[in-house]
Amino acid sequence: MKLRGKVWKFGKNIDTDAIIPARYLNTSDPKELAKHCMEDADPDFPSKVREGDIIVADSNFGCGSSREHAPIALKAAGVACVIAPSFARIFYRNAFNMGLPIFECKEAPELIEEGHEVEVDADSGEIVNLTTGKRMKAQPIPPFMQELIRDGGLITHIMKKIEGH
Amino acid sequence: MSGPMTIAEKILAEHAGCEFVEPGQLVDVKVDVALGNDITAPIAIEIFKKAGVKNVFDRTKIALVADHFTPNKDIKSAEQVRMLREFSEDQALVHFYEGGEVGVEHCLLPEKGIVLPGDVVIGADSHTCTYGALGAFATGVGSTDLAAAMITGRTWFKVPESMKIVYKGELQPWVSGKDLILYTIGDIGVDGALYMAMEFTGPVIERLSMAERMTMSNMAIEAGGKAGLINPDDTTRDYVEKRATRPYKFYTSDEDARYAKVIEYDCSTIEPQIAFPHLPENTVSISEVGTVELDQVVIGSCTNGRIEDLEVAARILEGKKVAKGLRLIVLPATPSIWSEALDRGFLKIFADAGAVIGPPTCGPCLGGHMGILAKGERALSTTNRNFVGRMGHPESEVYLASPAIAAASAVLGRIGSPSEL
Repeated sequence: MKLRGKVWKFGKNIDTDAIIPARYLNTSDPKELAKHCMEDADPDFPSKVREGDIIVADSNFGCGSSREHAPIALKAAGVACVIAPSFARIFYRNAFNMGLPIFECKEAPELIEEGHEVEVDADSGEIVNLTTGKRMKAQPIPPFMQELIRDGGLITHIMKKIEGH
Repeated sequence: MSGPMTIAEKILAEHAGCEFVEPGQLVDVKVDVALGNDITAPIAIEIFKKAGVKNVFDRTKIALVADHFTPNKDIKSAEQVRMLREFSEDQALVHFYEGGEVGVEHCLLPEKGIVLPGDVVIGADSHTCTYGALGAFATGVGSTDLAAAMITGRTWFKVPESMKIVYKGELQPWVSGKDLILYTIGDIGVDGALYMAMEFTGPVIERLSMAERMTMSNMAIEAGGKAGLINPDDTTRDYVEKRATRPYKFYTSDEDARYAKVIEYDCSTIEPQIAFPHLPENTVSISEVGTVELDQVVIGSCTNGRIEDLEVAARILEGKKVAKGLRLIVLPATPSIWSEALDRGFLKIFADAGAVIGPPTCGPCLGGHMGILAKGERALSTTNRNFVGRMGHPESEVYLASPAIAAASAVLGRIGSPSEL
């Protein structure tokens, strides 16, 4: 699985209230959530993000609440993947369960700037900054997890497997 | 394999059916209680239905608590709570709470003896780690993990490394469990315990009430922790034995258990702590705060909405008035706390001081309702998070502190200590 997209850059400790403010959690409709995605970190984000764009952030992305609405909102807003040196524990698990690929890469905040175009190879974990030519390494995503992502998350993945048998 | 283990490792080993576990190991464990609320449970219920499963694994072991946007703040919230209600009726769940029975989940579940020492608890709410104060392994998960546990009664974990934090010395006046945990987060940072089980120990912890212990465990997640455990003792037993309706077990860390990190604090030098916007790690000692004027003070939440917290606040507010132009909002965390606060005269003190007294709800803590901030407004709150926009407008500010500081600040109209009154 290869992902290629334009980068939106964020800082350290981007919390789940920044990803999707709690005031919008009276619904779990992905389209509604997408309208407010990252709004408190960048009010213009929902209007300027395009399908396939990539978020690069600094450490501890997704800290705070356990709301699964956070990865749902990112995915529905069109974000293809998130790259950061580290992720908060609950967000990490929720992201994969929702089928949002995330990559842990220490050098990313240093070597990637907003507006750069990057390509991520989930099989090898290699990230290439196509704008600067710089290469960096993230943990690859194993084949079963890629399948889970392609199926749209843990539950649809399990259901597909049950139906397949 | 065998060897010494921490309390977290012992609980996980027992629930996985193993003699011994070590950090990094993946384990499939039995879940004693699975929890969801009016924000997170609707997604779990949808998943449950989509999976085509008929019944939950055990109708006595699932708790659905409609505490976040209740009393329902709008039509959508009411629809979400209706989902919980209908699902609970369908599945004949024993622990569904709304209306006059609902309390803030992490105060309600321990109070009712639903979560007990030695349990594995998962909750689709990040502050599920609160129950670590009882000596349970409790952690927050997403709605998908909650749905899976509702179906199977099991979940998987990576056994976390443990971090031991030892609190020694004598507490200064007006220093509470809230100050100790804010100080700790200020020291190690909001990802200082990422993925780890924190273990709060030492003579100071042994002397803390259950309420203050729960305040500390509650905020383990604010340091990135997976859990925040306290070894159970006589204080735990006193709290639990009159509430429990099923057997429970005390696990304690072995003397020679292994820790990824050990930190020691001399609490004698710790002052009341204030976390400045916009992260819980931005802590400042009260003597260094300077002048920070306030528009609102909130006393309540799963962190500090217990009767002990209200008692501290009432003692300070007795015979005093809230500063002109400041809004003090007091939210007793459960119906029984509300009722006890009424019987003991605390609510009268709050009302006479000019406070707004609300129902048990998470409400303003997460910017839901009942105390939202306008652009540029500033609140001091006994809650647990001060992220951008947490209590309202993205350009508002939240400062975190103890109930004592909150009560004194409400009178002063700025952040200050009871010693200034």
